[in-house]
Amino acid sequence: METISATCPFCGCLCDDIQIVVENGKVLEVKNGCSISKTLFTHHDPDDLVPQIEGKKASLEEALDRAASIIRQARFPLVFGLSMTSCEAQRKAVELAEFIGGNIDSTSTFCHGPTTLAMQSVGEPTCTLGEIKNRADLVVFWGCNPVEAHPRHIARYSVSPKGLFNPAGRRGRTVVTVDVRATPTARVSDIFLQIQPHKDYEVFEVLRALLKGKDLRIDSVGGIPLDALKDLVNKMKSCKFGIILFGMGLTMTRGRHLNIEAAISLVRDLNQFTKFLIIPMRGHYNVTGADAVLTWQTGYPYALNFSRGYPQYNPGEFTTVDLLRRKEVDAALILASDPMASLPRQASSYLEEIPFVVLDCRKSYSASFATVFIPVAASGVSISGTAYRMDGVPVLLKKVLDSPHPTDEQVLDGILKRLRQR
Amino acid sequence: MIRITKGKVYDPINGINGKELDIWVDGGKIVQVGDAPDLVAERIIDAEGCIVMPGGIDIHSHIAGGKVNLGRKLRPEDHRKDVVPRTETTRSGVGHSIPSTFVTGYRYAQMGYTMVMEAAMPPLTAKHTHEELHDIPIIDKGSYTLMGNNHFILKFIEKGEIEKVKSFISWLLKTTKGYTIKIVNPCGVESWKWGKNVENIDQQAADYAVTPRQLISILSQIADELGLPHSIHLHCNNIGVPGNYETTVESMKATGTNRVHVTHAQFNSYGGKGWADIHSKAREVVEYVNEHPNVTFDAGQIVFGDTTTMTADGPWQYRLYLLSGNKWVNADVEMETSAGIVPYTFRKKSLVNAVQWAIGLELMLLAEDPWRAFMTTDHPNGGPFTFYPQIIKLLMSRAAREEMIAQLPRRALERISLPQITREYSLYEIAIITRAAPSKLLGLHQKGHLGVGADADIAIYRENPDVEKVFSSVQYLLKDGEVVVENGIVLKSTSGRILYVDPGEEGDIEEYIREEFEKFYTVTLDGYGVPENYLERGECVSCG
Ligand SMILES: [Zn+2]
Repeated sequence: METISATCPFCGCLCDDIQIVVENGKVLEVKNGCSISKTLFTHHDPDDLVPQIEGKKASLEEALDRAASIIRQARFPLVFGLSMTSCEAQRKAVELAEFIGGNIDSTSTFCHGPTTLAMQSVGEPTCTLGEIKNRADLVVFWGCNPVEAHPRHIARYSVSPKGLFNPAGRRGRTVVTVDVRATPTARVSDIFLQIQPHKDYEVFEVLRALLKGKDLRIDSVGGIPLDALKDLVNKMKSCKFGIILFGMGLTMTRGRHLNIEAAISLVRDLNQFTKFLIIPMRGHYNVTGADAVLTWQTGYPYALNFSRGYPQYNPGEFTTVDLLRRKEVDAALILASDPMASLPRQASSYLEEIPFVVLDCRKSYSASFATVFIPVAASGVSISGTAYRMDGVPVLLKKVLDSPHPTDEQVLDGILKRLRQR
Repeated sequence: MIRITKGKVYDPINGINGKELDIWVDGGKIVQVGDAPDLVAERIIDAEGCIVMPGGIDIHSHIAGGKVNLGRKLRPEDHRKDVVPRTETTRSGVGHSIPSTFVTGYRYAQMGYTMVMEAAMPPLTAKHTHEELHDIPIIDKGSYTLMGNNHFILKFIEKGEIEKVKSFISWLLKTTKGYTIKIVNPCGVESWKWGKNVENIDQQAADYAVTPRQLISILSQIADELGLPHSIHLHCNNIGVPGNYETTVESMKATGTNRVHVTHAQFNSYGGKGWADIHSKAREVVEYVNEHPNVTFDAGQIVFGDTTTMTADGPWQYRLYLLSGNKWVNADVEMETSAGIVPYTFRKKSLVNAVQWAIGLELMLLAEDPWRAFMTTDHPNGGPFTFYPQIIKLLMSRAAREEMIAQLPRRALERISLPQITREYSLYEIAIITRAAPSKLLGLHQKGHLGVGADADIAIYRENPDVEKVFSSVQYLLKDGEVVVENGIVLKSTSGRILYVDPGEEGDIEEYIREEFEKFYTVTLDGYGVPENYLERGECVSCG
């Protein structure tokens, strides 16, 4: 029996304090982890997965050959996913996409892509999560529900921990949730402001106007009484250190990047009065790493195309949802993501019309439709490497259990070698 | 074996000034200089009509890490005007002010540079810096670890526990695989965590009874005691503020006789009470440097045009946002540092920018000792590193300077002394400030010269009456004895070394801080550092 330190490869919190008790290749206990983390490590059983071509069992070599031939024959291929694997594999995926002159995109395409657009427009005053723990006396959750989506965020980073300059922990903080329904996060907050769906932009702009001392002749906006917003602005101006944490309730509702621009602009303006910052709550554990690797290698974080030999960036043109919905790509290589389960149906259904390859550590929904499925070892469970937390802090992924399968990086390299041989 | 023949050699460390000499290269090293009848070369590089110099070394540039990458992400409009397609031997990417990693390596190599120091590495995100350095091909690299606003350092200083500061610094350099102590706006960045700053070097940090003067003094002493190959690397308080030259001079004084490198001095040599009467105080700053052999500086020269400013000086970048109204990124790092990014355009027609432009050149031209003056743009803060050839030309030609001065606002002329300065750098002096002196400053013995035993990092430039053309693109670049660039084209994408230090005086500090660390950081102590496997070609440079 041995205890292994691990990092939880589930959500953007990337908790690196997990202790796993292992005996004979079986996980006996997961300490410190949330319920999802416990399930992830204890129910990891990759042994029955085998490579498949058109639903039939195949050898790894046959699967790699077929994958390479699909990509070779494609005129406008797509490499997609990247968010649940290590940066080492992401680097290899960029190399492959560049070599084939194809498109490459991450799951940002349907989560925080609008956050990137807003950042490119107005900037982003942000910080690492420890700044919240050590300093924040006002925490605002907007359109996100960490209690369910980032289970340890509240306890480990943002609400309850005692910090260097906040020794009182939870008692030293005012917690506000703005959402369209009373989520579990709203229930652990001091103040809950229920906002009408699709009204976030208006509410942010009213908050900005109030901050600038404008006199508004309205009683409420987005279903929130003006007095409640006045109270919120006063709290924001008078706190010592405030933070807005936001999720897909802002990025994927009407307004999208305009919502985020308004949120960032509010936070920026608040810095005339006090310290105020903002952090997007990224979902998949290494979607931030995908942004980072693509950016340092190409200059752009997602929605990329290499047809001209150099990286071109154009969300709306090279974003996966748009490429699929417009039926433009003619083959796809998918790794570390399950687009058929998570993309809008009108986009994902097109995958059934084209050949595509799936690399995954489990038999995902997409894998069951794939022309070629290649099982890979799970990063952070069977493979060590690097991943980036939602706040951009790099964290080591650890190897806990052996896997019979190759890594994403090895499979991508196998495909790339075949393509180069021609 | 490669023989480089008929070139004019400039090698200041060995006192060679333009003499025609053969250089023999084997196994990545220089094995013979001059005639060698016994040696047989497999390849002869005919360097007739060429200048032969050691590979260039940039001692201060922002090329990798979280802040740089946020800058890239922020600016698609910067990339679109400078795209780089892939070739058979190179990867694709983008250039201009914040080049992608591959392009960063290629472009430095194409200009004849073989080593670049990343100037600001936050310990918490050091893995990120090293991941990017890994993806910057060809050149050797190292990183300065940010320490001027670190909780443990401030706390130990406050308690008077100087031995603990020393152990902690030794440990932090090893843990982050850093090269030296970087100090950015000491105590000011700590105060910025509450939206504040310090206004002079005797004002305490917001949360600690420590002044910048104390911190600079103690850390410069520790750098010398640890025998770090490079001194402390200091970004002074009050950057960009009119009247800040006094802070700069006081900061140099704070180090006594300990070594200190004052970085991007141009941004810290301003006189005046405000923007209306800003003027050059380059002379006052350089005078102190000239009289104190413990002090070195780099220029932080600005280049007219569009760039992306990025520093660990959060309060300064916020100020620059307020001044420019451009988009603003801030990135505070728990327990240790901050960062800010603002796009900025330096304009010839702007009085302030014209004064800034002159100050950088004045500093370089008034410095009496070229071994203690370094050419930088603080890439990309003053401008992209790709403008170095233009700056070399300005240093070497008074006529080129006059041509530029004629385009500046007339009101600027009374605020600067550049028009009166007649000095022109020689090629030999250019070789000092871009090769020989940087190697000495970094405490490296195998770099920056062409003597027997040196690393065979050799830049061969074709002579041209226009010196800007000479340094824009190499005829040949040898890195570790291999020809990696020929006629400006990258033939081979090799991987360079990562240089770091391990002073070995950390004692039991890691266990001493463990409990407090895990209480206030959000990562475990064991997961904090940079494991060996992040360094593809790591090389520990000895201290002492
Ligand atoms: Zn700098």
